[in-house]
Amino acid sequence: MNPATRSPLTWAVHLSVLLLVALWTLPTAGLLISSLRDKDQLAVSGWWTALSTSTQNIVARAPGADTQVERDGKFVISGDVLEGTAAGEVSAFGFSSQKPTAFKPGETAELNDGEKLTVQADGSFEIVSDTKMEGSRGQRIFFTAAVPPRFTFDNYVEVLSAEGIGASFINSLTVAIPSTIIPILIAAFAAYALAWMPFPGRAILIAVVVGLLVVPLQMSLIPLLKLYNGVGAFFGVPAKTYVGIWLAHTGFGLPLAIYLLRNYMAGLPREIMESARVDGASDFDIFVKIILPLSFPALASFAIFQFLWTWNDLLVAIVFLGAGQDELVLTGRLVNLLGSRGGNWEILTASAFITIIVPLIVFFSLQRYLVRGLLAGSVKGG
Amino acid sequence: MQQLVFAVGTMVAGVLGCAAYFWGTSFLLDLIFPSKGRSGVEASRNLRITNAIRPWLFLAPALFALTIYLIYPVVMSVWFSVHDRAGENFVGASNYVWMLNDGEFRQSIFNNFLWLLVVPALATFFGLVIAALTDRIWWGNIAKTLIFMPMAISFVGAAVIWKFIYDYRAEGTEQIGLLNAIVVAFGGDPQAWITLPFWNNFFLMAILVWIQTGFAMVILSAALRGIPEETVEAAVIDGANGWQIFFKIMVPQIWGTIAVVWTTITILVLKVFDIVLAMTNGQWQSQVLANLMFDWMFRGGGDFGRGAAIAVVIMVLVIPIMVWNIRNAAKEMKGH
Repeated sequence: MNPATRSPLTWAVHLSVLLLVALWTLPTAGLLISSLRDKDQLAVSGWWTALSTSTQNIVARAPGADTQVERDGKFVISGDVLEGTAAGEVSAFGFSSQKPTAFKPGETAELNDGEKLTVQADGSFEIVSDTKMEGSRGQRIFFTAAVPPRFTFDNYVEVLSAEGIGASFINSLTVAIPSTIIPILIAAFAAYALAWMPFPGRAILIAVVVGLLVVPLQMSLIPLLKLYNGVGAFFGVPAKTYVGIWLAHTGFGLPLAIYLLRNYMAGLPREIMESARVDGASDFDIFVKIILPLSFPALASFAIFQFLWTWNDLLVAIVFLGAGQDELVLTGRLVNLLGSRGGNWEILTASAFITIIVPLIVFFSLQRYLVRGLLAGSVKGG
Repeated sequence: MQQLVFAVGTMVAGVLGCAAYFWGTSFLLDLIFPSKGRSGVEASRNLRITNAIRPWLFLAPALFALTIYLIYPVVMSVWFSVHDRAGENFVGASNYVWMLNDGEFRQSIFNNFLWLLVVPALATFFGLVIAALTDRIWWGNIAKTLIFMPMAISFVGAAVIWKFIYDYRAEGTEQIGLLNAIVVAFGGDPQAWITLPFWNNFFLMAILVWIQTGFAMVILSAALRGIPEETVEAAVIDGANGWQIFFKIMVPQIWGTIAVVWTTITILVLKVFDIVLAMTNGQWQSQVLANLMFDWMFRGGGDFGRGAAIAVVIMVLVIPIMVWNIRNAAKEMKGH
């Protein structure tokens, strides 16, 4: 192909990949940007406008008549309409809800009862009257203001403290870490036996493990719930405990763990083991001193899978740990917030970002092992 | 914080316990049947015995966990599915009869088949296209990482991300959901997407496609790289164009991998639960089997019979893939 025909095609490839990447990253980017925006701005404008100055229609109320001062024979109430808002500059104002933008800043509006209202661009206003003003409720002032973009961590502070996300974060860690470590050791020994120790029934056991890989979790829920309730009642302990969920995650993760590790170990060179055996090493020594260190990449792959899966899991957590306020993991808390705070996007976006930040860190730092594990788990075994 | 300490403590205890078990049983076995320093006949007899027992010592904890957490429940689920709501009285096939006559169940089956048709096909297709395209450009790996990223995000997190995109504000007010903003910008009317019966299924499926495309891409990208150069070169010499090379030379060589990706995503689709729960909880005719099953587990105090019957249906749908997987694994083992 000569360069002339090649370059438009190359451009097309670049452009289409760019488009696809945008399609795949924009949703997450929108969530992150939104979670950092001021909640009043988030509620009225799309996150893609986050950097532009927005105009907002705001209502302020002037102080009551008791704050008036006498000046040059006139009575004056003054103040700042922008006080307490994030807005930067007034672009129009009015005194009735029918005409909220009737006047430009600096103009004087004649109120119905002879008072005169002036609002400056910087937000300061004066209500001037020839007679003493009365009434405790102040005049309403409608104005349109340009609001500069504002980014804040307020949303995060709020969800971490008030919405229970902080406590759930700890719960998620409590579930995920042991659920990742415990199955590894159990699976490693089993995988070694299935890969390198000849015994009758080995092929059948491997077939069983492959079969169990795809057993839907739904099949396990009801019998295990019954079993846990029974065990809890028998020993007089609660049925829903962290130990229970660790063991459940261990059981559900084992088929993949055994399968991945067995495939990897079976690929290790036979000579290493045979020479060790000739030197008088037992199977136990061979496993601990040779196989385990050599299998580190496969162990890391599985650990990442299992951590992502247990951290992101919702079903196992709400069935075996419960849905009470104290034991909710992050995913469960997020589902609850979707129900109770459905319209409060500042809370939802910040909470969601906290739930996905840990897996994202794991993903970006250990992606190599993740890819290797995926390939070992899918392509080889088919 | 206290519970975290407790968790780490238990974890250390668990790991030490495991290690103690494996080391201890191994030590005991060698103590009872010593082979070192014994005479020929006795040593070889003991060696034979330890070699027969040791695999089972290594396997025991794993077999125990697999039996309790996977094999026993499969059997018991079938048992529960022919019993009443508390799992006490035998009711024959009445849970299944109820299921067939239940409108919500039939809706779920219909929706599940829609999911099965759409999600694996789209995720595999996008994965294949992206894998092929990114192989040709210098920033391909960065692009792949970004497209792979949703894989790390939980289904619930993804549901929030996409619910925000589908967000609906009344006509005339400014839309903060990306999809409605685009629709309005092109002059259309905003819609409450996830409440539109039938079509809402597709908006939910988009989430799973978004998550799973990265998986398909990674696997297929590796498969494409594994294609022998000569086959492509021969096609180029014969004058094939880009499309022909891709669809007639490359794709046929990776059919096996495409099938693996397809079936893996199919299994995931059958179990899809979190997304539907978080987005609609089955309202507006978007119910699926896994969510319906969860619903019956707890609805009105929980109906274990009906819940188990729905779980059995999911299992039955998985069995063909399970058999296929086992046969492939057996074939590969023979090849070794």
